[in-house]
Amino acid sequence: MSMSDGPKPLHTAKSEQIDEDREAVGTPPGSSSAARRKGKLFGAWSDRWAALPRQKQWLFLIVVVALAYLLPVINPPFISTEPGNDFPLACQLMAIYALVAVGLNIVIGYAGLLDLGYIAFFAVGSYTAAMLTSPDSAFIKIPYLWTIPVAMAVTMFVGVLLGLPTLRLRGDYLAIVTLGFGEIVRILATIIPAMKGQVGFQNVGHPPGVGADGIPIFANSNGTPWYWLTLTILIVILFLVGNLERSRVGRSWIAIREDEDAAETMGVPTFKYKVWAFAMGAGIGGLAGALMGGQVGFVNNQKFDVVTSILFVAAVVLGGAGNKVGAIIGGALVAYIPLRFTAVAEYKFLIFGLALCLIMIYRSHGLLAARQQLLAYGQKAYAAVKKSNDAKNAQPATNLGEELSK
Amino acid sequence: MSESAELTGPRTRIPSEGVAETAASERDIGVKVGDNLVEVKNLTVKFGGLLAMDDVSFNIKRGEILGLIGPNGAGKTTCFNAMTGVYKPTSGQVLLEGKLLNGMKQHKITRAGLARTFQNIRLFGEMTALENVVVGLDARHKTSVVGALLRLPRHIREEKSAIERGMALLEFVGIADQAATLSRHLPYGSQRRLEIARALATDPKVLCLDEPAAGFNPAEKEELMQLIRIIRDDGYTVLLIEHDMKLVMGVTDRIVVLEFGKKIADNIPSVIREDPKVVSAYLGEPEDDFA
Amino acid sequence: MLPTILLAAPVSNDWITLDFPSLAQNFWSATFDGLTFGSIYALVALGYTLVYGVLNLINFAHSEVFIMGCYGVWFTLSFLGFGPSAPNLDIGQIIVNLLLAFIVAIAASALTAFLLERLAYKPLRKRNAPRLVFLITAIGASFTIQYLIFIWRGPVPEQALTMFKPTPIFDVFGTIIYSDQLIIVCAAVIMMVVTDLFISKSRTGRGIRAVAQDPDTATLMGVNKERIIITTFVIGGILAGAAALFYVMKIPSGVVYNGGFILGIKAFAAAVLGGIGNVRGALLGGLLLGLIGNYGQILLGNSQWTDVVAFMVLVLVLLFRPEGILGTSLGRSKA
Repeated sequence: MSMSDGPKPLHTAKSEQIDEDREAVGTPPGSSSAARRKGKLFGAWSDRWAALPRQKQWLFLIVVVALAYLLPVINPPFISTEPGNDFPLACQLMAIYALVAVGLNIVIGYAGLLDLGYIAFFAVGSYTAAMLTSPDSAFIKIPYLWTIPVAMAVTMFVGVLLGLPTLRLRGDYLAIVTLGFGEIVRILATIIPAMKGQVGFQNVGHPPGVGADGIPIFANSNGTPWYWLTLTILIVILFLVGNLERSRVGRSWIAIREDEDAAETMGVPTFKYKVWAFAMGAGIGGLAGALMGGQVGFVNNQKFDVVTSILFVAAVVLGGAGNKVGAIIGGALVAYIPLRFTAVAEYKFLIFGLALCLIMIYRSHGLLAARQQLLAYGQKAYAAVKKSNDAKNAQPATNLGEELSK
Repeated sequence: MSESAELTGPRTRIPSEGVAETAASERDIGVKVGDNLVEVKNLTVKFGGLLAMDDVSFNIKRGEILGLIGPNGAGKTTCFNAMTGVYKPTSGQVLLEGKLLNGMKQHKITRAGLARTFQNIRLFGEMTALENVVVGLDARHKTSVVGALLRLPRHIREEKSAIERGMALLEFVGIADQAATLSRHLPYGSQRRLEIARALATDPKVLCLDEPAAGFNPAEKEELMQLIRIIRDDGYTVLLIEHDMKLVMGVTDRIVVLEFGKKIADNIPSVIREDPKVVSAYLGEPEDDFA
Repeated sequence: MLPTILLAAPVSNDWITLDFPSLAQNFWSATFDGLTFGSIYALVALGYTLVYGVLNLINFAHSEVFIMGCYGVWFTLSFLGFGPSAPNLDIGQIIVNLLLAFIVAIAASALTAFLLERLAYKPLRKRNAPRLVFLITAIGASFTIQYLIFIWRGPVPEQALTMFKPTPIFDVFGTIIYSDQLIIVCAAVIMMVVTDLFISKSRTGRGIRAVAQDPDTATLMGVNKERIIITTFVIGGILAGAAALFYVMKIPSGVVYNGGFILGIKAFAAAVLGGIGNVRGALLGGLLLGLIGNYGQILLGNSQWTDVVAFMVLVLVLLFRPEGILGTSLGRSKA
C-alpha cells in the first residue's frame, strides 16, 4: 500500500457504480477548465498570477525581493518584533525557518513522505559546522563558508543512510522511524563524548569580514548580514527547487504522492526518487542547520528537540503542503508569531499543534492553496489550448496544431 | 494539419497523419510483424493455497490485437499483474522479444516496453491531463536529477519535446482540449482515454488495456474500438482484457480464453464464438454479454 | 572561564563499552525488570495495534492517552494523601487504593481516547481524507494534548508518590522477585488474555476483526463501523490506563507532560516487533523489547541506551521482517 495524497474520485469505482459516477462528474467538454480550483479562497491568486504577462511577474518579484532584503533595515513599526526581540535576528530566524520549510516541503509536500524527525538533519548540519570550526572541537578546522557545502553533503549522506532501509516501507512506518531518529540524534549527541553533550561547542565560525569598529560583520548579535546571507541562499535554493519541480523529478515526486503503484507502473523508479526527495530535503535541512549554528555561535544538544520537528511540519502544512511559496510563508510565520507576540510565545507548541489539527480537519490544502507547476514549458501549451477552446466556442473551426506550433 | 483538430468533443475522430506520427512509437522492435513479441510460458500464480493461474501459456504476435477474456474471476487481471511485475509468478516465464521479464522491477518492465492501463482508473488526480501524459513520457527521458537541477541542454530539449508529444498524444485519444484540466476533474470517459494516452506515452511495444470500456455505453464502446484499431494500425501491439464479448469479437485478431486460471481456448474470434468450451464457460453470463 | 573547563574535560573515545561481566552478574534481575517494563510496553502497544488494525493509522496521540492515565493515577494518589515515602498499609488497603487508582486511570485514558477519536479522527473519516492527512492530524493531536498538559501542570515532573514498598515475594535463580513486579506482570498478562478472548470470542470482537479485514464488506454485513471504531479506541484507552497505573508504580517520578513520548515510540516499536495489528504479537513484542532494552542498558552502561536500542530494534525489524515476528494482522488472525 502506498501513502497517497489527493482525492482519486474513481479509484474504487465498481462497474455498477460507474454509470452513476459519470453522471456526477460528467461536465460538457470544454467547460472543465472553468471548473478548476473552484471554491478555493486563494486559488484565484495563482490563476491571476499565471495570467499576468512575464514582465509584470518579474517586476512584481523584484519588488518583493527588494522589500525582503530591506526588511530588517526598514524595521516597520507595526510588524517589528521589538522591543521584545531584536528584529534583524528575528528576520534571520524567519529566513532559517523558511529555508527549513522549503526543504521539508520536498519530502512532505512533493513526495508525500511524512518526516517527523527533520530536526535531526538540522542538528547534523549544525554539528558539522560547529565541529569543523569551533576551537572546542578536536577535528580539523576549515573556513566557515566551506562548512556549508560540507554540511549539505554530510546531511544528504545521513538522509540516504536513513532513507535506504526505511523508504522501502509503507509511508506511515517512515513517520515513526523518523520520529525516533530525531530523538536518537539528540541522545547520541549526549552520550558520544566527541559531541560534548550539553557543554557543546562555543565560538562556531562565521563568514570573514570585519566592520569599521573592529567587530566582525557576521557577529552573533548582528542579524542583518546573516539575514541577507540566508535570504540569498534561500532564493538560490528556491530557483533550484523550482527547476526540479518543473522536471521529471518533480513530476515523479507528485506521481509518487498521488499513487505510488501507478507511478511505478508508468515507469517511475519510485524508490530512487523517494531517496532523492529524502536526500534533497535532508541537504537543505543541513544547510539551514549550518547557518543557524554559525549565527548563534554555539551548538549543544539542547536545541534539537523532536518537538521543533513538529513545528517544521506545521510550517509546511500551514502554508500548504506541496507549495514552496506557501512553505516560505508558513516557515516565516512559525518563527515570527512567538517572537512578535511574546505573550503567547510560551504557548507556541500548543498553538501550532492545534493549528496542525485544525488545518488538516478544515483546510487540508493549507492557507495558500496553489498547485505546483510540473512542466517547464507548460504555460505555452495551456495557453494554446485555452485559446483554441475559446475560439472554438466562438467559431467551430480552429486549428489547435497551428496554435501549438506558434 | 487537417480538420481532425476540430475538437467537437472528446469522442470519435480519426487523428490526422501528423498527430499519429508524433504520437507513434519511435523505437525499433526486435521481431518482425507477425512473429511472437511476447511469450507467456507456463505461467502459474499461487496465493497461499489458492491457484489463481495454472500453467497458462500464450503468445502475443507483433502487430495484433489479442483479446484476453474469461468469466469473472478467471484470472485475467492476475495474468496482467503477473506479466507487468505486480505479482511474482510462482513459476513460469514471461518473455518480451525473447528477453525474460520475471524478477524485473515494475518500472523496468514498463521501460522494456510493456505498458498498461488500470481497470479502476488510477490517474494522478492533482496533475493536469498533460502532466499525467508527460509522466508516462518521462519513462523514455534520460535527464538526471543534476541535469534537471541545473537545466542542462538535454533537460530543456526533453521538456520541449515532452510538451509537443504530450499534446499530440492527448489529441490522438481526443482530449487535447482538456489538457490543462486536473485529471480528477475530467469527465469519466476522458479519464479512461487519458489512461490510454499515458500508457502510450511510455512508448510501449505492447499496450495492455485492462477493461478500457468498463462503464461505457454502446456508442462510446464503438468509439473506443475505433481508437484501439487506430492504435494498432499505428504499429502498436495490443493486449486487451475485456468482459464485453461484443467488443472483443469486433476488435481483436485473436482471443485467449481463461477459465478458473486455466487457458481453455486460443484462436481467432470466429472460432472462439463457436467453441463449446467457451460457450459453456460463459453460460452463467447474461445473454447480451455474449453476442 | 568556560573554555578552560572544556579543555579539562576528558575527551575519550570509549563511549561504547560492552560490560559483559555486569550483564552476567545482573542477568536475572535485568530479566525480571525487563519483563515488568515489557508488560507495560505491551499494554500500550495493544492500543497502537488495535487502532492500526481497524483504521490503518498510527495513532501518535496514544502516548498522550497513556500519560493522561498517569495523571489520573497521580491525582488519585495525591487525593488519598500519599507522599514520597510509602505509608504503612495493610494488604487490604493497598488493594483498595490500587483499585481506585486503576479505575480513575482507565477512566481518564478511555475518555481521552474517546474525545480524540470524536474530535480529531471522525471528521477526517467523514470526508475520506488521505492517509497523510490522518497522520499529520494524529501528530498534531498528540502535540496539542501534550502542551495542554504542559500549560496546566508546567514543565516539572509531578512529585513522586509511592503507593507501597515492594516486598520480596520469592527467590528465583538467586534473585528476589518483588511484589510490584509480580503484580504488574500478572495483571498485564491477565488483561491481555482477556483482551485476546474479547477480540476472538465476543460479538464486538468479531466486529472489530471484520472491520479490520474489510471495512466496506463489514458495513454491508450490518456491522456498525463507527461503533466498532469508538469501541476500539476505548479498549486501547483502558489498556493504556492500566499501563499508566503500573508505570507510576514502577517510576513514580515519571508523571510529566511529555512522559508518554518515548514510551509511546517504544510501545509502537513493540507492536511492530510482534507484528502490527496482532494482539498476541503486541504482548510478545512488548516483553521482548523490555528484555532487549534492559540487557542493552546494562551492557552499554547508560540508561539512555535503552531508547537507542529500542529504536535500532524497530529499524532492524522493519528492515528484515516488516510484518513482525507473528505477522498476521488483526483481520486475519484466527479466533
